[in-house]
Amino acid sequence: MLEKTNVKVLDKVVVRFSGDSGDGMQLAGNIFTNVSAGVGNQVSTFPDYPAEIRAPQGSLSGVSGFQVSVGRGVHTPGDQCDVLVAMNPAALKQNVRFLKPGGVIIVDVDSFTENDLKKAQFKTLDPIAELGLEGFQIMETPVTSMTKAALEGRGMDNKSVLKCRNIFALGVVCWLFDRDINAAKRHLNKKFAKKPAVAEANSLVLDAGYNFGHNTHASVSTYRIETEDPRPGIYTDINGNTATAWGLIMASEKSGRPLFLGSYPITPATDILHELAKRKDLGVKACQMEDEIAGVCSAIGASFAGNLAVTSTSGPGLALKSEGIGLAVIAELPLVVIDVQRGGPSTGLPTKTEQTDLMQALYGRNGESPVAVVAPASPTDCFTMAFEACRIAIEHMTPVILLSDAFIGNGSSAWRIPEADEFPAIKPNYLPSDIDKTSWKPYQRDAETLVRYWAIPGTEGLQHRLGGLEKDCVTSAISTDPANHEKMVNLRREKIARIANNIPELTVQGNADADTILVGWGGTYGHLMTATDQLCATGHDVAFAHFRYINPLPKNALEVLSRYKNIIVAELNTGMFADYLQAKIPGKTIKRINKIQGQPFLVKEIVDSVIDLTK
Amino acid sequence: MEQDKPCYTAANYKSDQSVRWCPGCGDHAILNTLHKAMATLGVPPHMTAVISGIGCSSRLPYYMNTYGFHTIHGRAAAIATGFKVANPEMTVWQISGDGDGLAIGGNHFIHAVRRNIDINILLFNNKIYGLTKGQYSPTSARGFVSKSSPYGTTEDPFIPAELVFGARGNFFGRSIDVELQTSQEVMVAAARHKGASVVEILQNCVIFNNGIHNAITDRSVRADRTIHLRHGEKMIFGANGDKGLVRDGFLLKAVTIGQDGYTMDDVLVHDAHTPSNFLHQQLAMMDGETLPLAIGIIRDVEAITYNDGVEAQVKEVRAKKGFNTLRDMILAGETWEVK
Ligand SMILES: Cc1ncc(C[n+]2csc(CCOP(=O)(O)OP(=O)(O)O)c2C)c(N)n1
Ligand code: SF4
Ligand SMILES: [Mg+2]
Repeated sequence: MLEKTNVKVLDKVVVRFSGDSGDGMQLAGNIFTNVSAGVGNQVSTFPDYPAEIRAPQGSLSGVSGFQVSVGRGVHTPGDQCDVLVAMNPAALKQNVRFLKPGGVIIVDVDSFTENDLKKAQFKTLDPIAELGLEGFQIMETPVTSMTKAALEGRGMDNKSVLKCRNIFALGVVCWLFDRDINAAKRHLNKKFAKKPAVAEANSLVLDAGYNFGHNTHASVSTYRIETEDPRPGIYTDINGNTATAWGLIMASEKSGRPLFLGSYPITPATDILHELAKRKDLGVKACQMEDEIAGVCSAIGASFAGNLAVTSTSGPGLALKSEGIGLAVIAELPLVVIDVQRGGPSTGLPTKTEQTDLMQALYGRNGESPVAVVAPASPTDCFTMAFEACRIAIEHMTPVILLSDAFIGNGSSAWRIPEADEFPAIKPNYLPSDIDKTSWKPYQRDAETLVRYWAIPGTEGLQHRLGGLEKDCVTSAISTDPANHEKMVNLRREKIARIANNIPELTVQGNADADTILVGWGGTYGHLMTATDQLCATGHDVAFAHFRYINPLPKNALEVLSRYKNIIVAELNTGMFADYLQAKIPGKTIKRINKIQGQPFLVKEIVDSVIDLTK
Repeated sequence: MEQDKPCYTAANYKSDQSVRWCPGCGDHAILNTLHKAMATLGVPPHMTAVISGIGCSSRLPYYMNTYGFHTIHGRAAAIATGFKVANPEMTVWQISGDGDGLAIGGNHFIHAVRRNIDINILLFNNKIYGLTKGQYSPTSARGFVSKSSPYGTTEDPFIPAELVFGARGNFFGRSIDVELQTSQEVMVAAARHKGASVVEILQNCVIFNNGIHNAITDRSVRADRTIHLRHGEKMIFGANGDKGLVRDGFLLKAVTIGQDGYTMDDVLVHDAHTPSNFLHQQLAMMDGETLPLAIGIIRDVEAITYNDGVEAQVKEVRAKKGFNTLRDMILAGETWEVK
């Protein structure tokens, strides 16, 4: 065992890997995450990509980051990091603001060339002095030259050698956190299974990095991280988009309806298409269509044909799908629409996170066009809520919009793989066996849920016609009768409202007896939960309610909220959910915490704002 | 009726809804022909789906006793594609007007053809927007005067066949609303063809574009201005059956047999099944002026369909990986156990 100076024992630590977008920071970060999760740490990650695929090398706009928090009680990737890896001056400059006072910087000093410094817009040749990094522990690491030395004599070209620099940095980080180097090697071997030479080179470089830390007895803090005592079971590391895709597959298994995806690539939702395209091995049919409209329309066709039909996109694509979603509303067909939200309007901030599509999801269609809206709270919750979106769509014959976001879609966590019986059966509203098929009409519905019956094409004797024109509520024939239209509008609205009978009630966390309740929805859960814990621990008692079911709201929601003197809604937009709730709770003024910077909340921002708003 | 092989008549495909098109509209004849074509095909009504966009023509599914879906403007091809992929056992028809299929739905149209999804697209070409009461369409000729082009259009039209060939289509047929026999023959062939089949039907809108096809379809000229192509038969036409199409360099030429030294031996034989679309395209582009407009089955070539490709891939990958459930698949990946 190494003798380490200055060992700190921590509940959790945050590491941020940063470098040029071609430097492989995501890979280094992912391996560190997986190795940590493998020893029972909770993990939460935040990949921070630049919008450009390949910005000029070494430039400030080309910096790519990957932040991960590992340890116990981890709900977020952390506001600030304990350790920053910076592969070049630009990365150092862009990321030092994320570092905690006194934190550790691992920086490649070989990259401090005049040229690189100029590209990162430094004015002097001493970036450390120029940035004023006195308060930090700096580990000046010759990453480039040591990587070259480790691979000398292997006949590799310079470019291939330089590609291993990220793994040298990973080796240093593994030393710092006492991570099992062999576990990291297993991940490398898997990643480069088809290129054994590359795997071997990376293994050597990993050792070199680890040994560098060891041999130089670098006098920086090293860490021991507490592990969580998780529920027994089999675990895997999963990001939100993959979890979403898998939740859909689970719903397909539980409903007996084959899964169809119609989609068109768009950041940050594309990985759902990628994952489902792979899942032909489970019978999934994922079709890349010619545009988003065709994506939703092919899904509507598949739904009519009896499949569990899904379309996945981000905000601009949701805008294109509006008319199609309206068709599914009036045709009363099950349809799951996934919006992995990003910064808008228009192309906006394609790689950054926001919660600004809430109003679009709720109201962004012509006519009275209600749909169910749900929102996952975390990367792993994407699995559960994708399943729930499907369950609601199928059991209530309606489009359901799932509002994920870039932060949870790309972020990852350790996830216990559910047992086969953990999720309920989904029961399609097929025609009851005692119904008279000869007099049955397509818009005939269950009296209690108001859900129409699903007659699957191909069934003899149930031929019927659906369409976008208003239908008579009794005969199901086209109707322009004024009173009938109003009746149908109300029926469709009431049908969505009654979904509330089929979803869980709202629960309150934190101190339920406090005067103030902090309220959030969707992907901000981790930050709000952590802020709640911190507030309660520092004598600022708050209750906390987090919404995953947006339309309809859980049955008890308004009653619960009305109990509190202060209601504070925190969200990554200008107050859309607050407005939505305010209209339903006219008696009280809802307070707001808003951030629209393409970045997740910082826990500190929420803590400070709550204290401020309750003074 | 025999138990194992039921026979259907046109009436079995007819719904009880009263037909709402204007009296004299060409759509009536096309609807009746479709009922007959379906009876000839013998695909049971419950194994047939008819999916349309929006327009006068797109009302058609309501008049069918099949599964039907009257959707939104321009999107029928995409919806039919999803339907067919989800349920490849069923026979799927798409009904679109020239606006629905080639303007707002132009992108879906070319991609459905390119992808070769096994659907039968009936394109009702009346060269006008009927439902919205008379605006020019993407098939209206340059200079066409309509409510939205009071001084005549300043743009050139699409020729539907050219789009089909541009999208590398494998089936193209054409008919005229009043040519009941030809329409039925082409519809049946379109349905039997595996892959995207496009059938253009010249349709008369009596209200907003009456007589638009008359220069070709009028009884007095039809025999001389059209040619009914039949696979394996000589390309002859004319009221007296004495005209034929011959090669003229790379192009086609209409001749009178027995004149200028041309004999029956010079007249081309139609081969709808040849993979090269070179001649098919020339035949389809004949416009009834110097060369007769071609009706019948112009191109009918087998190729792998999108839906068969999807099914085959699913089968192959499933067999190779051998997962039964999501859990199997996840457990085969990287996991760790917590006891
Ligand atoms: C999104 C949208 N845009 C416009 C319309 C209006 N609209 C309905 S049908 C139509 C054109 C119909 O022409 P065509 O497709 O040729 O069909 P026809 O009526 O001639 O059979 C238009 C513009 C609509 N229903 N939806
Ligand atoms: S308006 Fe024209 S196309 Fe429409 S139904 Fe009447 S005649 Fe037919
Ligand atoms: Mg038209």
